[in-house]
Amino acid sequence: MQKTLLEMRSITKTFPGVKALDDVNLSVREGEIHAICGENGAGKSTLMKVLSGVYPVGQYDGEIHYDGALAEFHDITESEAKGVIIIHQELALVPLLSIAENLFLGNETQKNGVINWPETFRRTEGLLKKVGLSDAPTTLVDKLGVGKQQLVEIAKALAKEVRLLILDEPTAALSEADSQALLDLMLELKQQGVTQIIISHKLNEVRRVADTVTVIRDGQTVSSFGTKDGITEDRIVRDMVGRSMENRYPERTRNIGDLLMEVEGWTVHHPEHADRRIIHGVDFNVRAGEVVGIAGLMGAGRTELAMSIFGQSWGQGISGQVQMRGQDVDTSTVGRAISAGLAYVTEDRKSLGLVLDEEIRRNVTLTNLPKVANGPVLNHNEETRVAEGYRRSLNIRTPSVFQKVVNLSGGNQQKVVLAKWLFAEPEVLILDEPTRGIDVGAKFEIYGLINDLAAAGKGVVMISSEMPELLGMCDRIYVMNEGAFVGELAAADASQERIMSLIVTEE
Amino acid sequence: MSVADQTQSSERQNTGIGAYLSAHLREYGLLFALIAIMAFFQIVTGGTLLRPINLTNLLLQNSYIIIMALGMLVVIVSGNIDLSVGSVMGFVGALAAVMIVNWDQSLAVTALVCIATGAVIGAAQGYWIAYWKIPSFIVTLAGMLVFRGLSLWLLGGESVGPFPREFQSIASGFVSDILPGGAAMADLFGLRNFNMLSFVVGLIAAFLVVWSGLRKRAQNRKYGIEDEPKMFFVARIGIVALALVFVFYKLSTFRGLPNVMITMGILTVIYAFITEQTVLGRRVYALGGNTKAAKLSGIKTERLTFLAFVNMGVLAAIAGLVFAARLNSATPKAGFALELDVIAAVFIGGASMSGGVGKIVGAVVGAFLMGVLNNGMGIMGVGIDYQQMIKGLVLLAAVIFDVYNKQKG
Repeated sequence: MQKTLLEMRSITKTFPGVKALDDVNLSVREGEIHAICGENGAGKSTLMKVLSGVYPVGQYDGEIHYDGALAEFHDITESEAKGVIIIHQELALVPLLSIAENLFLGNETQKNGVINWPETFRRTEGLLKKVGLSDAPTTLVDKLGVGKQQLVEIAKALAKEVRLLILDEPTAALSEADSQALLDLMLELKQQGVTQIIISHKLNEVRRVADTVTVIRDGQTVSSFGTKDGITEDRIVRDMVGRSMENRYPERTRNIGDLLMEVEGWTVHHPEHADRRIIHGVDFNVRAGEVVGIAGLMGAGRTELAMSIFGQSWGQGISGQVQMRGQDVDTSTVGRAISAGLAYVTEDRKSLGLVLDEEIRRNVTLTNLPKVANGPVLNHNEETRVAEGYRRSLNIRTPSVFQKVVNLSGGNQQKVVLAKWLFAEPEVLILDEPTRGIDVGAKFEIYGLINDLAAAGKGVVMISSEMPELLGMCDRIYVMNEGAFVGELAAADASQERIMSLIVTEE
Repeated sequence: MSVADQTQSSERQNTGIGAYLSAHLREYGLLFALIAIMAFFQIVTGGTLLRPINLTNLLLQNSYIIIMALGMLVVIVSGNIDLSVGSVMGFVGALAAVMIVNWDQSLAVTALVCIATGAVIGAAQGYWIAYWKIPSFIVTLAGMLVFRGLSLWLLGGESVGPFPREFQSIASGFVSDILPGGAAMADLFGLRNFNMLSFVVGLIAAFLVVWSGLRKRAQNRKYGIEDEPKMFFVARIGIVALALVFVFYKLSTFRGLPNVMITMGILTVIYAFITEQTVLGRRVYALGGNTKAAKLSGIKTERLTFLAFVNMGVLAAIAGLVFAARLNSATPKAGFALELDVIAAVFIGGASMSGGVGKIVGAVVGAFLMGVLNNGMGIMGVGIDYQQMIKGLVLLAAVIFDVYNKQKG
């Protein structure tokens, strides 16, 4: 039995009006990988912020014992000095600095304020080798993909002589292959004796790497168990949502109608480099009542395809034809695309989907303000009524529609984005990673909503990096790779293996 | 369901008076700061501050700042800034002077040409900002220099004036009393003169404040919106209404309503309406709050940004006319560094540097707050050195207060 490295006892943290953590206990043994699971808003991130000193001692109740002593961190530098390092979901790298500069930011190899560059590069190369990166230390971080950036973050933690590494949703933005590489690295670090805490929604990943799982729900510890004890994913899900979830994808009676949207020969060039073709003559279509998936790896061009169709919001030198119900339509501006009956629900709700500092009500109506106005004058009552309607029908959990969106959890924010696009009354909705970063319960609700839309005769195009989700939800799946469609599969014929093999054989 | 219970209980906790006050501290804070500062100067100036002649002066002195603050609020809410307004105001004033004094143009033609010029200037700057995505700070910094230079050139480095009475009355004229009963009231209160129109307008304004407050409250209740505690509502509306009656009464015992106050009042109401009640206004807030999200929602963000600057140009031109009329001459130095007062007023009024936040009423109160400080310190004989320092610190304090409030919330 290894010794206990970290023990958090009876942690309680209150925000004005809300008890975020209520008597939470967490015990992490030295050298293990410990997973923390829970719905969004359950308190996982708050717990980690208490641990790392973001919320200093005195702002919470309870005790933290670390490495056999009572730990009282006043800020993040104190916890880092003890080897507790947290990698947040939003990466904290400076894009226009090199890898080497990022790795030692705030921790520079220096003498009297003068940086020792040869030593910095030497150490950088060593660290990059450890995380399996072969890029030059002088490469600017913004030249790297998200997957590599995540690895740089880990290298940065290693530079600080980490003992307890906390990874908050490390694979949320990564492709399947990058995720696997990251998980492999975690297991390797474990061999080297680095204790790790991983927060993740992806239960297959949890099962793969974790030795112990602690489930948190509504700010309380629900259960804690070893993964070797024959624990199933269903059990974890049950603990997370407080109820059993037999079927993760709700049933839908399929009723597929006429051809709704058809895209032909869609070609797009890079917004900065006019000669670089990113999308190569893509054809696809959606029928009324149909859910069509677009599978592919990160960087396959799926978001670029969707955004270029939706008002030419990405790229330049765009050619191709969009037809709605057999008629050519103009989608060259967002306004025209909306009038043509299109809606695009972004994968990046915080920076592209919502005005975070505004009320829910004001976000919902943004796509179709004239509908809640008499001529140029807004009707605030009507606006409130509309927003209330969506709050109820989409089950957005909030005291009122006058709440600012920034105060909502990820799942509820996603519902606001969906509400906003439903209000535009589209015929075809392109949903880009509609369940990214949201918890199991909210995912289920969003799947239900997608089914309702299809049942109402809308066409749904669903872009997702989670293959089980596409397999569970779609009638038909297109497979995209390097800017072109490399295959089309009916739901009955599709499997993860077939999708992957289509992607791989193309290369 | 436990989540629902939780949100329910948090809602209940938030309805306490203390919690309400802390959540809305900023709005009340601004009002109370204005009252406190006025009370302070009223005492230390031995009652001079609120004398009818000084109140009238206070309004006239700040009219052009308030007019420009309306446009600046829109620009700042849209996520931009305009550093050129002082220069534009000066240039338009110079143009008006040259047209009237040197070229013998009529008042109407001059006013029209000046306002059109303001619009063109705003469009010229807005074009680069909106469609070329050049930061507004840089474009308007350039504009500040260019239009300062242009006024110097236009005036040949000299003051041009004086203006005919007709033009001066834009700023220093008063609306004549068209209502009967002024003389009787003067007798009743033992005053030299009494302007019935001004007093009645004051009563109507106070009534409208109470009426719209009650209406909004009734609507909020209907939709179950977190309600202002009754005590606060009565106090806030009461203070505002009484203050209006008081100010208008004071004005009525002097020369009545200044013309420029009518201009200012109407513009304020129009802009408050546009920003809060119209589709156009709402889109400007969305644009400033998150440009990318607004654009992806089908909002023509470039055109809106462009229009915000055209609008700013028009208001700067109106302010230029008022300013020149008030000084009764156009000088090459007119409007120098005035953009800073305008921007300060908007930030004191609670607007956010990053865009998407701010209210017309806040900007107007912010401008008055600066105006009272200027006026009060002027009466006290505080040196310009201390005046600048104090104004700077007030601006800093207001913004720190904002940031502190936001972090706490």
